[in-house]
Amino acid sequence: MTTQTEKKFETVIGLEVHLQFKTRTKIFCGCANEFGNQPNTQTCPICLGLPGTLPVFNRTALEYAIKVALALNAKVSSTIKFDRKNYYYPDLPKGYQISQFDKPIARDGFIMIPTASSEKRIGIHRAHLEEDAGKIIHDSDIKASLVDYNRTGTPLMEIVTEPDLRSPQEAYDYLTTLKLILKYLDVSDCDMEKGSLRCDANISVREVGETILRTKTELKNMNSFKAVKIALEFEEARHRAVYLAGETITQETRLWNEIKQMTVTMRSKEQAHDYRYFPEPDLVPFIVSTEQIDEIRQTLPEFPEAKLNRLKNQYGLNDYDANVLVQEKAIANFFEDCCKIYQEPKKICNWLTGAIAAEINSRNNDIVQLKISPQNLTALIAKVENGVVSNLVAKDILTMMIDSGQSADIIIAEKGLAQVSDDSALEKVIDEILAANPGVVAQIKEGKDSAKGFLVGQAMKKTQGKANPKKLGEMITRRLLNA
Amino acid sequence: MITKKDVEYIAGLARIHLQDQEIEKLTGNLEDILGYIEKLEKLDVSQVEPTSHALPVQNVFRDDVVRPSLSQSDALKNAPQQHNGAFKVPQVIE
Ligand SMILES: [Zn+2]
Repeated sequence: MTTQTEKKFETVIGLEVHLQFKTRTKIFCGCANEFGNQPNTQTCPICLGLPGTLPVFNRTALEYAIKVALALNAKVSSTIKFDRKNYYYPDLPKGYQISQFDKPIARDGFIMIPTASSEKRIGIHRAHLEEDAGKIIHDSDIKASLVDYNRTGTPLMEIVTEPDLRSPQEAYDYLTTLKLILKYLDVSDCDMEKGSLRCDANISVREVGETILRTKTELKNMNSFKAVKIALEFEEARHRAVYLAGETITQETRLWNEIKQMTVTMRSKEQAHDYRYFPEPDLVPFIVSTEQIDEIRQTLPEFPEAKLNRLKNQYGLNDYDANVLVQEKAIANFFEDCCKIYQEPKKICNWLTGAIAAEINSRNNDIVQLKISPQNLTALIAKVENGVVSNLVAKDILTMMIDSGQSADIIIAEKGLAQVSDDSALEKVIDEILAANPGVVAQIKEGKDSAKGFLVGQAMKKTQGKANPKKLGEMITRRLLNA
Repeated sequence: MITKKDVEYIAGLARIHLQDQEIEKLTGNLEDILGYIEKLEKLDVSQVEPTSHALPVQNVFRDDVVRPSLSQSDALKNAPQQHNGAFKVPQVIE
């Protein structure tokens, strides 16, 4: 038995990501592609699958798909054809889904994901374009299912990895890296809560050294990247336990149960898949020229990894700071706009990742909608650096700037927030503080230097934070020496 | 060789109810169709481009411009059952 437990296992994971495009309209009809509207208010005879209608391909959906293919370093197919995937389920009004079977738009790509020591290449097996299905609401009260076809026909790209991932953590890192790339492309909201990004996982476990894959299970129903990771961890442990018990894994689809925190077998009836793919006769082929692909390549943004390296080199930022900025393209752009006006990258970065990030969080907003311009922010930072306002007051000013959209200058003037630099005014404040705290003064004179901080704090309070604490400290020291 | 069982399976996938005589008739029909296909398979098509479409037409696109959708009541007009603006169908998961 001991040899059994000493077995060294290896986990093999492949992921399928479904990405909804944020085109204005659906993939094959002119219905609005919007989330959250009243049920069945965005349908037409085409997406309802009524007889006699014909789908017409959305030009922008193809453009977005080619963008994704290029971002995944994949080969773009020069001929695009669609196929029918036949299955009968109420979320599919036509009884089939228009998808791509043997000729996906993209194949043989890869992305690099960060690892503890460097990075790892994760192969992209294929990515294809299809139409999304409708949404089924299960209503146990009326013992029926309710169908909303608003989502039916939303352009969807399925991105399938090679079985290159070796741990649930790697799967998680792949997903976060992929999501950031996709967000930079600006073709999707990438919002798992709204279902514009969804992920299924395939997992198998084998002994180290084995070359062929063992039986896999497919995991569905994970509603966050974290859930994907935990579901994979659960399933990895289950596979190992089954093998250690000398039993075998059954190939099946399992659903992640968020409440029970476990995977459970999907009923076999729902798994009976026989899709009977055949070429979609209602859509003619689409030819993509190399010129067209090159044209689209020109529109690609700078990707997160390249931007990270450039921010480090160009502005001397450390890895951590650059990484934080790169997480939001708009923040990274805002940073660079600020640096053009005010050449203090590190200080600008600190403001963006500190006070500004806090404002964005508390307001549940983003930098674009926040009423602050690079001009106004850098002007405020300059005021701190020039000693016009203290760091503490500057944070309050920032809040007021965002509330009102006004510049720091106007707010400082209107509210009289400029730092008190007039020595005689400060001397007067110190007089009062020293007189009011004879005990503390005595302690300092006896050598307890740390008590000075208390007096500085009192003086700051008295000036409503408008004094420079460093200057106050120096003035108090001078006074006590001369006394 | 198409059997009665194959026909029942395909009918099940397509959600069609067939009478026994129909199953028998269709078993023969499908067998004949497969016979034609077998004949076609004997042809040498190694020099022929695969065709997914009969028309010599390519690249028929639509611009990404919103057009009015049906109203909710129009969309639901043909639904045998509806509930709260949704199509009501037999329960698919209990
Ligand atoms: Zn439609």
